[in-house]
Amino acid sequence: MADTSTLDHVDHSEDHGHDHGHDQPATWDGAGTPFKASYGKLMMWYFLLSDAFTFAGFLIAYGTLRVSMNTWPVPDFVFSTFPGGFHHKPLYFVTVMTFILLASSFTMVRAVQEGHRENQKGVVFWMLLTIIGGLGFLGCQAWEWNTLINGEHMSITQNPFSAHTESGVYLEGDGLAADDPLHSINKGDTFEAGESYLIHQHNGDWHKLKYEVTEGPDKGMVKTQELGPKAFGALFFFITGFHGFHVFSGIVFLIIILVNVASGLYIKRKNGYEMVEKIGLYWHFVDLVWVFVFLVFYLL
Amino acid sequence: MGHLTYEQSKRKAVVIISILGFITIFEVLFALLGKGYLVDGLHFPLMITGVVMIVLSLVKAYLIVYEFMHMKYEVPGLVKSVLLPTLLLVWAVIAFFYEGNGWNKSRNTLMDKYKAPPAEVEVGDVGFISEEIYHIG
Repeated sequence: MADTSTLDHVDHSEDHGHDHGHDQPATWDGAGTPFKASYGKLMMWYFLLSDAFTFAGFLIAYGTLRVSMNTWPVPDFVFSTFPGGFHHKPLYFVTVMTFILLASSFTMVRAVQEGHRENQKGVVFWMLLTIIGGLGFLGCQAWEWNTLINGEHMSITQNPFSAHTESGVYLEGDGLAADDPLHSINKGDTFEAGESYLIHQHNGDWHKLKYEVTEGPDKGMVKTQELGPKAFGALFFFITGFHGFHVFSGIVFLIIILVNVASGLYIKRKNGYEMVEKIGLYWHFVDLVWVFVFLVFYLL
Repeated sequence: MGHLTYEQSKRKAVVIISILGFITIFEVLFALLGKGYLVDGLHFPLMITGVVMIVLSLVKAYLIVYEFMHMKYEVPGLVKSVLLPTLLLVWAVIAFFYEGNGWNKSRNTLMDKYKAPPAEVEVGDVGFISEEIYHIG
């Protein structure tokens, strides 16, 4: 491409990144490579930046609403189930999910490294492992959702998890002493402000327990357990759902690119296995978002 | 990864993922410890847990972005054009934390001001002001 910059009548004193002595287009004149990155890679970065803002918006909304309420379900109380019928195993399952996604990020890094060596078989192998990791994560998320929706009857409009705002004593039991002697509520059990509770359903109706307040301005009053803030359910399902959707679309793209790799398409391309790098960026982003969803929902 | 050999790159990936794994385990153990699950009765103030968790998550984010996503090896211009806008989010988190706190104060002021006289009361959805309690005018 001929260097025409000295032939036009535009002031070029502000041309940066432009070597007037060589046959190269100016950096931002099109057909150049700003930041020494290809168009596709640069645009992937900027897309991920915009997506980061979207997720940040949702997570910040969660934080704001949570701080605005007097009571909020305590995460290690809500998320304490584990496949196999285990209960009261706080944060175990979500930690497993985090490790699955981290492992899939590692396999993605290996796939990109094999791409640099132009090792087609290596790329296929490591991408396959990444896809399996992603599917594993989605399976775990689906199990979690099923437990919460069908097991504990949580939805985007109702949330049976909450926490007490004052200390008191239960005036009735929840009837689960036979199934769960260690953690069931019995008549006469006391609780403190900040303690979590879960309202169970009996035959489709909420079994809200009555209790008497033992401290504070309402001392002596008899109150009933109430469902927790609706925002919790709505935000949890929406944010994890949105993230899960990203994992799913990532898996779809990974499969498409895997097929392309296996077919030998990238051997012929000038930029080689750069497509694997680009989808790698997307996949790491998905992992990164999970780090923050994990932080906000489960750890804080 | 231009300057590293294949073997070095592989090793580096293993090292980074191990660090990420250990940080995750530490985060979970710290969270459980601070909430009294490992040592009965122990309770860390939210400030401590919050700061530790956020710092550790930022370390994980740095490792993922700089090493796994190769940001470390990109041109400084690209790095800045992607990372500087995310600093705006720091402001957003602080600003919205203040906002939510303000809402909480307003909510409590209103609830105290318009509370129904003591009787056998249905408290209403926790966190929201229910019809019986919130009277306008």
